[in-house]
This record gives sequence, C-alpha cells and structure tokens, in this order.
Amino acid sequence: MTQPAPNQPLLQVDSLRIEIPGRRGTLTAVDDICFDIGEGEVLGVVGESGAGKSLTGAAVIGLLEPPCRIAGGQIHFDGRRIDNLPYEQMRRIRGRHIGMVFQDPLTSLNPLYTVGRQLIETILTHSDFSEKGARKRALELLKEVGIPAAERRLDQYPHEFSGGMRQRVVIALALCAAPRLIIADEPTTALDVSIQAQIITLLKRLCRDHGAAVMLVTHDMGVIAETADRVAVMYAGRIVEQGPVADVVRRAKHPYTKGLMGSIPLVGHDVEQLIQIDGAMPRLNAIPQGCAFNPRCPKVFERCRLERPELQPVGPTAAACWLYEAAPVGSGNDG
Amino acid sequence: MVEAMAQVPSSRNDLLVEVEGLSKIFDVSPPLLNRLLQGEPRVLLTAVDRVSFKIPRGRTFSLVGESGCGKSTVARLIVGLHSPSGGRIVFEGIDMASLKSRAEISPLRRRLQMIFQDPYASLNPRWRVADIVAEPLRAHKILDDRAAIAARVGELLTQVGLAPADGVKFPHEFSGGQRQRISIARALAGNPEFLVCDEPTSALDVSVQAQILNLMKRLQRELGLTYLFISHDLAVVYHISDIVGVMYLGRLVEWGEAKALFRRPQHPYTRMLLDAVPDLEMTGRARTPVAGEVPSPIAPPPGCHFHPRCPLAEDRCRREAPKPLATAAGEVSCHAVEEGRLPPMERAAPPPRPKTQD
Repeated sequence: MTQPAPNQPLLQVDSLRIEIPGRRGTLTAVDDICFDIGEGEVLGVVGESGAGKSLTGAAVIGLLEPPCRIAGGQIHFDGRRIDNLPYEQMRRIRGRHIGMVFQDPLTSLNPLYTVGRQLIETILTHSDFSEKGARKRALELLKEVGIPAAERRLDQYPHEFSGGMRQRVVIALALCAAPRLIIADEPTTALDVSIQAQIITLLKRLCRDHGAAVMLVTHDMGVIAETADRVAVMYAGRIVEQGPVADVVRRAKHPYTKGLMGSIPLVGHDVEQLIQIDGAMPRLNAIPQGCAFNPRCPKVFERCRLERPELQPVGPTAAACWLYEAAPVGSGNDG
Repeated sequence: MVEAMAQVPSSRNDLLVEVEGLSKIFDVSPPLLNRLLQGEPRVLLTAVDRVSFKIPRGRTFSLVGESGCGKSTVARLIVGLHSPSGGRIVFEGIDMASLKSRAEISPLRRRLQMIFQDPYASLNPRWRVADIVAEPLRAHKILDDRAAIAARVGELLTQVGLAPADGVKFPHEFSGGQRQRISIARALAGNPEFLVCDEPTSALDVSVQAQILNLMKRLQRELGLTYLFISHDLAVVYHISDIVGVMYLGRLVEWGEAKALFRRPQHPYTRMLLDAVPDLEMTGRARTPVAGEVPSPIAPPPGCHFHPRCPLAEDRCRREAPKPLATAAGEVSCHAVEEGRLPPMERAAPPPRPKTQD
C-alpha cells in the first residue's frame, strides 16, 4: 500500500520553535526541536505535563491555538513544507493525509450528530464516494475498529457509547481518509487499564495493516514501551533524549530519562524507595540557563549551568547532556 | 519485606479497621413526579455490595479496580462522607454506627483523615496554606493558642517537605505535587492514626508521584500510620501495599497479601488486570486483552458479576454469586477456582530492573 521512500522520512521537523506571546513577555514552549518519522514508523513523544509534547503534535497538524505560534523552524510532510501553508491548503492535508486522535473522545465527537453522520461527512469531505458508498465505508470502519453491532451503532449518538467505544469511533474517524500519519495525543489516558490495553492493541494492528506512521504523544512510558519503535523524551520544551525504544527504556543515557524510568513503580519489583527527582519541571517563564534540567540533576557540574547541550549521539541513542560530550560513537554502553 | 509478609496474617488482634458486609445503595430513580405520571420504576444502584476486609495497624491496605467498581465509595463510607446502607465499620473495636451524636463522633473523626485525588479541588483557593493546615487544629480544638498553632503548622509543613515560610502563600502558587503535600500536612494536623487516600497520585506526573509515594512511605514509618489506599494503578498499589483487595462492580472479588497476590493471582479478573499493565520491561510478552467492558452497575449481570467477560464462565457462574474462599494469600470469590477449573497461575518473576543509576 505504501511505497517506502528509503531516503526521505515521511515527516521531518527541523528546529521547531513554538512561542506563546503574553502580556509579560513571550514564553518559549517548544525550543528548537528536531525529529523525523519514517513511513509506517511509530514515534513516541514522552514527557511530563508542560514539556511541550502536545504543542508539538498540534503544530505538526496545524492546530496550534492562538496565541501559540510557530516562531521558527520548518515542518516537512512527504517532502512538502507544511508549517507555512494557508489555512485552506492545510485543511486539505489535515484529515486527508494526517489524522488526529485526541485524548478525550467525548470532546472530539460532536454530541449533536450521530456517529455515522460524522463518519460519512468526513469520508465525503476527503474522497469522492457517493452518500451510499460513504455509509458502507463508515460501516466497514466501525467494524474494523472493533465495534460490535456496527449497523445499529452507526445511527447512535456519542453519548450512547462508553469511553472505550468512543475512542474507537475517534480512531475510525482518523482513519476515514487512510492517512499516512496519525497524531495520537494521549489516546489511552482517559481510559481504564483493561480498555487501554484494547486500544493499544487496536492502534498497533491498524498501523500494521494500513502502513500508517504514528506520532504517539503520551506521558505513559509503559504505553510507549509497548507501542513505539523510537522515542523522543521531552523536558521543558526540548528533546533531551531520542533513540530506539528498547535502548531508551533499558539503557537511558540522560539523567532525566534515568530518573523518570526509576521513578515508575513496577509490578514485581520490591523497592523501599522509588528513585526520586527532586523539585519540579521549571515554569516556562523561569527556564534555567544552560541545561534546563540542571537544578534537579544529580550529576550537575559547572558547564551545565552555563551552556545548553545539544543532542549528540551516544551509542544507539542521542542525548542532550554534557556528560556525553566526548563519548566516541559506539562506547555508549556504560556499565 | 519478608518480615512484613510474616506479620500480616498473624496480627489478628491488632486490627485498626474492620469492615464487615459493607453495602451502599444509591437511589438514582427519576424524580417522584415522573415516577407517578409516567410510571417509571425506582432505580437503585448498588455501588458497594457486601464488602468485608480488615486492616492491621501500621499497614497499607489497597483497593484496586476500574472506574465505577465502588472503591472510592468504600473510602467515603469509611470516613463518614456517606452513610452505609448495610454492614458495619469497626474502628479499633468501636462500631461507627453506634456513635450517634456529633460529640461522640468527633474524637474518632480526628483519628481518621482523608487525602483526595485532586489537589486543585481539595484546597480552598482563598485560604492561605497556614490556615488550611491549621483548620483541623482549630476544628477539633487541639490547639487554641495562636503561637502554638503557627509552630505546629510550621512543623507539619517541614514534615511534608515544604518550608514553614510557605504558609503565607495561597494554593495557586504551588505545583500539583506541592499541593498534594499540603493536603497531607492538613490530614496529619490532628495526629491521625488512619489515613484514607483516594487516588492521591493519579493527577500527578510520574516523577512527582514518586516523590509523594516516597513521602507517604516515610511518614508511615515515622508516625506508624495505617493507610487505606485507593488506586487504579496496579504498579503503584504493588509498591505501596501490604494487602491488596481487587474490586469489580461493587464486590471484593479477591484480596490477599500484596506480593503473593501479584505473584499468584487467582481470580480471572485479577489476572486480566495484571495482564493489562503495559509491559515496561519489554519482555515481549504477548497480551491477550480481555474483550468487553465493565457493565453498568445499575443492572449488573446476575450470578458472578464478571461472568460476561470471563473465559471460564459456566452456568453456575451465571446463576449464583460465588462465596469467598480461602487462598494462600487471602480470599477469592470464584466458582472456577473453587471447582479447580482454573489452572493455578504463577507469574514469572520480572527481569531485573533496568539500571537507572550508575
């Protein structure tokens, strides 16, 4: 279904910078981040509240809400620059080529229209089906995302669905035009664990079947570990570590990622105290000079307070940390 | 850890809280006029259905389950925010229902306190932190001298990792984790013995959650507190608990000593929940997510509530509610376990934790 383009990633984000102008000056919410997503690849973007991960997702799909604005950098989708497109052109890409799944399935569905109406409308907007053909397609989609008794469900309203079923409908909506990239912003956060497992399995299966790439934005490292191929860890608006998911989860390099992994309790692991990162993420108006993590970092030294580290390769991953400045490529497996 | 395991079953005579057959039925009927004019029936919702458990002093008992299983209702019943429809809550040998007047209840109330999930909603935004923390001291007339109250508030704030000078600030000046610390300081003000914590870390980021969990463990050690901990997060529950109860649609389907319960879960629902925890260790374990969702508690399935989702359901499960059955770790309510239809399950010991500090 998809033609692999070996040299060119599907999505390229280059030095993206998002600012929020305000009365007391301009805040930089996302600062100079770069990442790529290949065809059919799942990139996890993980971070705590306020790290800028959702804004990054919104910027890619062109749904940044004013006053937030892209202040620098470029976003290329399939070789075409999309961050400076006029509204109408972006609207045609959104939904057609890039789909979106939001956290709260209740607010992303219109309560006044039946689920079928919303699906059919989306299908008609993005393709030249007849009304009847669109209805048939809508039914197929509902069946594909695992909604039982889809014929009957098609004519029901969102409030008649449970949370997990609503999230399935939202995923079906995102799939309407068979997009090549899906941005999923916390798709499982509002759901119970057993439903969460169902939705993760569904997302994985759909990506495999449709060959769609996914940018999975979440705070849940467990969901990333299960789903993503690569992961980017964000802290205070910057990517601090990026690499294949197994390497980041098992052999994190950046002190923040290490702390984050150690602070997650695990079933079956008996520890009296969890690893604790003291303090909290800085507010946007008080991001420290140098490395943003330096006031909380257990390994901080002089240079961290003065200069900001850039992402640099450390073994299979890349970390923005002065500890690894001189690390030659391939010697990243520290003890 | 080993010591804790040995003590849990043996400490029968040092129970702080005993809950017996606790039930709560909410009336969710349409208004009276609609019932009379349109002939609509009464609708009753059994949020908590004959739940029994015991909490030994100085231990943590956790209730875990999905939304709507009644775990928060149990917490609210115990602190007296709801009145039970049936059953008993016994606090240190005193039946809470036997206390009628406010004067009788008040000294007991001081000894049990609650921490809520949302630190944004549970602190009055127009009060200064010092006043929030001092409120129990004033309400229970523990201290009445201004200087003594100020000193105690400073001490409490220090105890939860804040500075005494933070007392002059308002809640909005704090982050979520710090606000939860304020809630804990307030709960500790009256020197309680028993804290009911309803999802205290669910609204927090993981790194902040670790700080609060560490704080709660430290306070338990230092002050000998007993916790009833409510959560939907199995990993958090595993970390903090001595005893765990699993709830499904208002019933306690299984309880037991935490380590043993997680290692050898009996009830199919417990197994399903454990299987649904995302695999952070990336063992590549294949997951078989259980189909279906929690049914409406207004019309729960007859017999065992779990039978529509249970792979082992038989006729008996559809007719008859299972009775609690003793296990190595505690008790389980399941016909399949009773009849030996369910193969015992031993979850493999997880691989060593990825090295996070070198």
